[in-house]
Amino acid sequence: MLKIENLHARVEGKEILKGLSLDVKAGEVHAIMGPNGAGKSTLANVLSGREGYEVTAGTVTYRGKDLLALEPEERAAEGVFLAFQYPVEIPGVNNTYFLRAALNAQRKYRGEEELDSMRFLKLVREKLKVMQISDDLLHRAVNEGFSGGEKKRNEIFQMAVLEPKLAILDETDSGLDIDALKQVAEGVNALRSPDRAFVIVTHYQRLLDYIEPDYVHVLAGGRIVESGDKSLALKLEEQGYAWLADHHPELARAELAGAKA
Amino acid sequence: MTGASTSRTPFVQSVLDAAGAHPLPGSGVAWLDTARRENLEAFVASGLPDQRQEAWKYTALRALAQRSFGAVDPASALAAQVDRDALALPGVDGTRMVFVDGVFRDDLSSLNDLADGLSLRPLSRALTESAEPLRFALARHYQDAADGFARLNAALAGDGVVLAVAAGVRIAAPLHIVYVGVASDVAWHARVLVELGEGATLDLVEHHVAIGHAIQLGTLVADYDVRDGADLRLTLLQDASAQATLVRRNHLRLGAGAHAAVHALELGGALVRHELRAELAGDGASFDSHGVFTLRDRQHVDTQLDVRHLARDTRSNALWRGVADGRSRGVFRGAILVAEGADGSDANLSNKNLLLSAQAEIDTKPELEIYADEVKAAHGATIGQLDERSLFYLRSRGIPLAQARSLLTLAFCRAALQSLDNEPLREHLGALLMAHLPTDDLDA
Repeated sequence: MLKIENLHARVEGKEILKGLSLDVKAGEVHAIMGPNGAGKSTLANVLSGREGYEVTAGTVTYRGKDLLALEPEERAAEGVFLAFQYPVEIPGVNNTYFLRAALNAQRKYRGEEELDSMRFLKLVREKLKVMQISDDLLHRAVNEGFSGGEKKRNEIFQMAVLEPKLAILDETDSGLDIDALKQVAEGVNALRSPDRAFVIVTHYQRLLDYIEPDYVHVLAGGRIVESGDKSLALKLEEQGYAWLADHHPELARAELAGAKA
Repeated sequence: MTGASTSRTPFVQSVLDAAGAHPLPGSGVAWLDTARRENLEAFVASGLPDQRQEAWKYTALRALAQRSFGAVDPASALAAQVDRDALALPGVDGTRMVFVDGVFRDDLSSLNDLADGLSLRPLSRALTESAEPLRFALARHYQDAADGFARLNAALAGDGVVLAVAAGVRIAAPLHIVYVGVASDVAWHARVLVELGEGATLDLVEHHVAIGHAIQLGTLVADYDVRDGADLRLTLLQDASAQATLVRRNHLRLGAGAHAAVHALELGGALVRHELRAELAGDGASFDSHGVFTLRDRQHVDTQLDVRHLARDTRSNALWRGVADGRSRGVFRGAILVAEGADGSDANLSNKNLLLSAQAEIDTKPELEIYADEVKAAHGATIGQLDERSLFYLRSRGIPLAQARSLLTLAFCRAALQSLDNEPLREHLGALLMAHLPTDDLDA
């Protein structure tokens, strides 16, 4: 589904990704872990098409297409979804209206019939079973005045409605207490399916207690330096990122200590 | 000043020519003739305001001064074809008073079955029936050269609105006052006098609309006397011809415990000036104003908000937005004065603006003057672009860039209309905004 080869990317002239490769197949859940500043969020942003990220080398192929050549809205319509680390508040734009506009824009792009408000509301009611958010939040402006947990739940709810093929979760666990974390994880698990892939970017192992990954990768110094199954995450949790230095002497200690790049 | 008469601008000359063209309603009333003549002389002496006057700093009238506008021919205005449906507003379907090029049109108006305690007449009729009660308002002289348009209006206005709500009377259904622009190369002048008795309530819509692409000048001077405990709701919808020049002044005076809420939407016009002044003259008076202009092409809209806290414990809140695209220019001056003795006053002003094009310009000027104690006052003004993070968020969900821009721009503008209670009207204004915004269609 997603094939990243030798990806190099710069932000504000500074090289952050330095030859990252990753292969994700439909139905798989990949966790990307790594110290702060390793390039985790850069990867998520490059994949979703945010401005300000300059790809200097490498390719990203998504379902046979050159993903990097697509506009952000085209990527979304092709089935790529980014759950934001910091969902944006948009005063004056109603949450439900926004979601319907998004869904219909995607359907239009794909040559599918747009949903009228009746059919859309039916869909919303259905998806509320996956991720419960209150009526009040549905009718408020997008993320405006939402708590941290409500924002993240709203991201997962949007994902449930938009039904992407590839979902990228950027530090969705950050700032969540354990109850909110469980709710979010349950939502994600309900959306797991053989034709949907997940890339879960996280600093901590604890999210992976609730969303069981098929693969765990360690991102450090702009590259994937270790890959394994979920036991790799446990090892990281136990020993911290510093142990990587023993295996990868080429990595500077500072990069592993979690120093902000 | 010397030599002004020998170098009259085409504009001033056309005013002089228009002054004698048709007899104005009320001609022959000695005090009125005098007041009109003196105001005309004062206008001719001073000419149009210029940018050396602080209040006109950002609005140049040099081009206007080179143009000439004839008098409106009353017979043509009475005969002009106007489709009643073109004037209709959702949520505003009761009493209506219509002026075409400043001339009252009985046939287009709905003035039957006025509520008890409501008196509503066109100025032209009030002047012929009995002019004397209007003497105080119409015999006024304006001292400041920046008041050029007020002088012009006082000299040449022959029609307008005379409205009174008796004390304690509540008029719930909104009254619809419509100014229709039809003819080109003419100037019209309307004078509006509104009085709300103690404890009275009134909901009024001032609506400017065009049939065709009239190239004309309109001036409107309105006084609202809102007595103790009265409540005025005023909606100003300016959808004039894209070629029109429109200069309006709405002055409100609020008594003790009185309240007024204004919602203003500026859509049309080539050159538009709106002066909105509220004098909070009685203790505990309060004034809420909200407005938005959306400009495109070479439009120039100048809003002058002037709130004067003159009594104790008065409160004002202002929320204004502006959007400019193309080569347009928007001006917003938000002045708040808290006079000596107006202790315990609370004033709030927010003005946010959005530039959609590199050639557009917005000048915003908040002014705060405080001479009282224990005053709470806050004001802020910003000029910016659409938030990149919000744009990306919408696009990341599949909304194309142009639509994302429209959505955010519309949301930005709508904030100014949110507090309008009349829901059908609010929805309609939102739809007008959407149609007017210089962006792609939105799929509602």
